[in-house]
Amino acid sequence: MVKVTGVMMEYYFVCKKKLWYFANQIQMENENENVLIGRMIDENSYIQEKRNILIDGTINIDFIKKYKQIHEVKKSKSIEEAAIWQVKYYLYYLKRLGIEEVTGIIDYPLLRKNLVVKLEENDEEKIEKIIRDIVEIVTNPSPPSVNRMKICKNCAYYELCFV
Amino acid sequence: MKQSYYIFNNGELKRKDNTLEFYLEDGGRKTIPIEQVRDLYFFGQINVNSALMNFLASCHIAVHWFNYYGYYSGTFYPREYLVSGKLLVKQVEHYINPEKRIVLAKAFVDGASANIYRNLRYYKNRGKDLSNIIDEIDYYRNQINVSDNVESLMGIEGNIRKVYYTSWNEIINQDVEFEKRVKRPPDNMINTLISFLNSMLYTKTLSEIYNTQLNPTISYLHEPGTGRFSLSLDISEIFKPLIVDRLIFSLLNKNQINEDSFYKETELLQLKESAIKTIVAELDIRLKQTIEHRELKRSVSYLRLIRLEVYKLIKHLLEEKVYEPFKIWW
Ligand code: SF4
Repeated sequence: MVKVTGVMMEYYFVCKKKLWYFANQIQMENENENVLIGRMIDENSYIQEKRNILIDGTINIDFIKKYKQIHEVKKSKSIEEAAIWQVKYYLYYLKRLGIEEVTGIIDYPLLRKNLVVKLEENDEEKIEKIIRDIVEIVTNPSPPSVNRMKICKNCAYYELCFV
Repeated sequence: MKQSYYIFNNGELKRKDNTLEFYLEDGGRKTIPIEQVRDLYFFGQINVNSALMNFLASCHIAVHWFNYYGYYSGTFYPREYLVSGKLLVKQVEHYINPEKRIVLAKAFVDGASANIYRNLRYYKNRGKDLSNIIDEIDYYRNQINVSDNVESLMGIEGNIRKVYYTSWNEIINQDVEFEKRVKRPPDNMINTLISFLNSMLYTKTLSEIYNTQLNPTISYLHEPGTGRFSLSLDISEIFKPLIVDRLIFSLLNKNQINEDSFYKETELLQLKESAIKTIVAELDIRLKQTIEHRELKRSVSYLRLIRLEVYKLIKHLLEEKVYEPFKIWW
C-alpha cells in the first residue's frame, strides 16, 4: 500500500522522476544548499504556531493557526502549481477525515506574500486521479525517464539522474 | 564545502555545544566547525568519549583510524541514515544471482584494467619502453569478457596487476627496487606506499558509500563482508590507477618521498609522520582536482567521481541504466 504524502503530491507536479526516487527512499544527502535554506526558513519562521503536524502518518502540515488555517511555507514561487496542489491535497485529506471548513494558505516569508487555496468544484475528482497516477508511477520497478529541465540544474538529484 | 579533517597531534577531541573542540596534548586548542566536516582521520593518539561519538553519529560523520605509521586500524561507521529497503533487496538480488553478479564483477575488473592500460599508455607516450607490458595486459584484458566466474576474474585481475607492477621500475625515475607486491608486512618503499594509499582510497570510497543508500558490505567482485566493507574494495579498485598509482609515481619522481621518508625496523619499512603528512596533503590536492564531465556537463572533482560511481551502481541495481565502469577519458 502506498501512502501518498504531501511531498509526493508536490513532486508529481515538479518532476515524476524525483517523485519515484523520493517514494522509493532514494533520498539525497543534505549537502545541497537549497535544502539548508529550506530548513532555515522552516526553523526560523512562525515559531509561535503549532508546527510540523503529522496527520495519519501521511500528510505533514507546516503549521496550523486557530485550528482553521493550515499553512504551507515555501521559499519561492518557482513551482507554484505544485504547492497549490499540495495544499489542496491536505484540504482533501482533512475533509475525508471529517474536518471541513479549513482554509489553506501558502506562505512565502522571503517574499512577504501569501496565497489562499480552496477546494474548488471538480478538484476532488482531479485529486483522486492524481493519486491513482502517483501510485502507478512509484510502484513501477524503475524510475521513469524524463528530459532535462530548467529546474534540474539546482535539483539534489541532478547527478544521479544524468550520470 | 565539506572536507576531510586529518588529526596528527595527540590530544582529546570533544563535543562543545554544536561544534568540535580539539585539545592538544601540549595545551593548544582548535575548533572544528561541524558543518564543514565530511569525515575525520585520526593518526595521532586521540582520546574520545561517547558524547563525542554520539554527536558524530548524529551528524553522519565517519572516523577513520590509523596508527602512527599510517597503518589502517578501522572505521567508525555511524548508523546508516539513508536507507532504501527496495534498493537493499536489489543489492542482495544482484549478489545471489550468479548471472547478475558476474556482470558487475566484470565491470569492476574491466574498469580497473582499462585505467591501468591508460597509465601505461601515458608513460609510453613519454618515451618509456613499455610495449611488451602493454601487449601482455591486452592479452589478459581480452580474457575478461570470456570469463564466467568471479574466481577467474580475480585471477585475471591479479595477473594484470602483476604484469603492471613489473613496469614500475621503468616508470619511476628514483632508484627503487620493486618487483612484486607484498602486503603484510610491506617490505619495501613501494609496497609501503601502495598499502598506505590503498587504505586511504578505501576509506575515501567508504565515506562516499556511507552518504548513499548502498550497503557497504554487499559486494560483487570481492566476497561480501569478509572483515572489510567489501563494496568499498570493489569500487576503489577502479580508482587505484588514477588516484593511488599516479600519486606514487609523482611523489617519487618529484622526490617528495625517498628513502629518508621511512623508518627501517627489522624487515618492516614504515612511513615517518612527516611523510604521511606530505602524502595526505598531496592526495587531498589530487582529489580536489576537477575535470569536465561529459554527461553531466559540469566540472567534477576526482573525489566526486567516486560518488558518481556509486550513483551509477544504484541506477544499475534499479534497472534504470546498465553500469559502465569509470574509465579515464582525458
Ligand atoms: S534532476 Fe531533473 S529530472 Fe532529475 S529528479 Fe531533479 S528535476 Fe527531475
